[in-house]
Amino acid sequence: MAVKNFVVGLFDDEAVLFPAVKKVRTAGYKLHDVYTPFPVHGLDHAMGLRETSLHTAGFIYGITGTTTALTFMSWVFNVDWPLNIGGKPHFPLPAFIPITFELTVLFAAVGMVMTFCYLCQLMPGVKKHIFHPRQTDDKFVMVIELTEKSNAEEIKRFLNEAGAHDVNEQRAEAGWWYGRYDKNDEDVYASPANA
Amino acid sequence: MSLKYESTLREPLVDGVKDYHQVTEDIISPIEGKPGKLWYVGFVISLALLGFGAFSVFWQIYFGVGVWNLNKTIGWGWDITNFVWWVGIGHAGTLISAILLLFRQGWRTGVNRAAEAMTIFAVMCAGQFPIIHMGRVWMAFFILPYPNTRGPVWVNFNSPLLWDVFAISTYFTVSLLFWYSGLIPDFATIRDRAKTKLRKLLYGVAAFGWTGSTKHWQRHEALSLVLAGLSTPLVLSVHTIVSFDFATSVIPGWHTTIFPPYFVAGAIFSGFAMVQTLLIITRKILHLEEYITLGHMEAMNKVIVLTGSVVGCAYLTELFMAWYGANPYEFATFFKYRAAGPLGWSYWIMMTCNVITPQVFWFRKMRRSVAVTFVMSIIVNIGMWFERFVIICTSLYRDYLPSSWSYYRPSWPEVGFYMGTFGLFFTCYFLFAKYFPVIAVAEIKAILKTSGENFKEKMEVYEGETAEQFAKAVHHEHAH
Repeated sequence: MAVKNFVVGLFDDEAVLFPAVKKVRTAGYKLHDVYTPFPVHGLDHAMGLRETSLHTAGFIYGITGTTTALTFMSWVFNVDWPLNIGGKPHFPLPAFIPITFELTVLFAAVGMVMTFCYLCQLMPGVKKHIFHPRQTDDKFVMVIELTEKSNAEEIKRFLNEAGAHDVNEQRAEAGWWYGRYDKNDEDVYASPANA
Repeated sequence: MSLKYESTLREPLVDGVKDYHQVTEDIISPIEGKPGKLWYVGFVISLALLGFGAFSVFWQIYFGVGVWNLNKTIGWGWDITNFVWWVGIGHAGTLISAILLLFRQGWRTGVNRAAEAMTIFAVMCAGQFPIIHMGRVWMAFFILPYPNTRGPVWVNFNSPLLWDVFAISTYFTVSLLFWYSGLIPDFATIRDRAKTKLRKLLYGVAAFGWTGSTKHWQRHEALSLVLAGLSTPLVLSVHTIVSFDFATSVIPGWHTTIFPPYFVAGAIFSGFAMVQTLLIITRKILHLEEYITLGHMEAMNKVIVLTGSVVGCAYLTELFMAWYGANPYEFATFFKYRAAGPLGWSYWIMMTCNVITPQVFWFRKMRRSVAVTFVMSIIVNIGMWFERFVIICTSLYRDYLPSSWSYYRPSWPEVGFYMGTFGLFFTCYFLFAKYFPVIAVAEIKAILKTSGENFKEKMEVYEGETAEQFAKAVHHEHAH
């Protein structure tokens, strides 16, 4: 990805955060992200994020499982090795239902979790910049990206007025990299040479 | 003022004066400290049991399945009893995490993490039994439909025993994914406040690089909801399929259509009892009484008395049908060899523990008593173990041919194997209680402002207002 400059502000209360998000959007600043310790309902709408399509993906994985199970079992019983099991039919649909159902659920669940991890870049060994160590504890961390046009001081003042505290400027990698959290390798990405 | 409002008539889900940081401190700090003496004692006992279990299994594999006291008449004994018992226990975890999520039951947040962990460990224990009971366990992979060099000869997709393979493995996988996806944000919390390098490294790996981005939370919520939606029919299907192992046969006492709902209710019944046993100990040792409150225990006791009564109705229905159905074999099974006969004592233990004693939970005082709940949770689990024993053994020991009638008591490797799964279960649970957040930290924070005691007290002033007045006040505040 890329190393960028950010202005970071901390909020203590989600009731202050919501109006601040609104103000940032009306002021036209480039809102990089808001990091929260728990899912804050409605924040995605306030930030103008689109709905996730993860459900649709899950549905597609699910019907893939259904088709796989049904096709495979009927292929085995009718084409590959038609075996007479106590004179029972070769396409016993009711008897196929349990496995078909289980495979539907299995495909949907595994597929969705993998898609989730892919979309959010989650994997063992993946490292991302943490703007404030309390963002997974009790602080709501608003991060505004600095562009050529924006004035850092102005944004800092703006965030302070909106109710943020500990407003600071950070230069950081915006994406992910392979790294260990016990090693401080973030300065490698944030050094001016890499810019 | 919070945007959300919950009536003060509802009991708080988190007691005491809490803010977000305090929640983190309360739940995460036991992970960062050294475990107490009790933890070491319990862990060593569990490891010893696990060792004994491993030895018993080794004995059985080395000398063959004949070291068990199974015989030609009684082909399923303690092994399958324990299998069904452990799978049943697992069901409460999924019920709490999935079905109660869909029903928007706020109290699930205090107990879901530990209950899901219990599910996973219980299914791990359950899976051992059918595999070891195959006898030649090195051939266990024959149960999977894989392209082999013998034809390929495929498995029989019509067999309920094969449905079990699919059901249990899917159940384990989906429960594990559900549990772990919920753990990721909490691991990130531990990682970001870690002081030691090792903890930063290990929880850094376990947290998968989670940051708490709003977009990621949005997807996480969607994922949890769909996984809950998938797990709900899944959990019902798993014990339904386990009951098919019996119901699709022609053995009197097994061949009934009542089995699927009866098994599912029994599973939830025993599972909640096990959750109570574990959580009463956990909340005491980790000082989490403010998160797992008497209200939580009362809610679970209500589920216990409900499902216990459903199970009771099923027992009575079975007896009625055995008489009304006019099938002499079924009548004999129930009235001569279950409720009476050499193994009749097990039937009455089952009846007492599952149907009679849980009725104490009709009284509020009993539901909110820790001591009563703890004792009851153990009684229920004994009762549910005997239910499976009764179903399996009392149907088998008197079969159609009187010359093969038999009696059954387990041999030491059978008992040892069962003890060993207790060892496995508690070893895993002790490790979980030490190294994992036993309560879903992020989920507690999400309900704190509506259901925390100190936040609810602040809302008392609005209790007399109408919904319109409250909406107006909130709107007014946020207009500024």
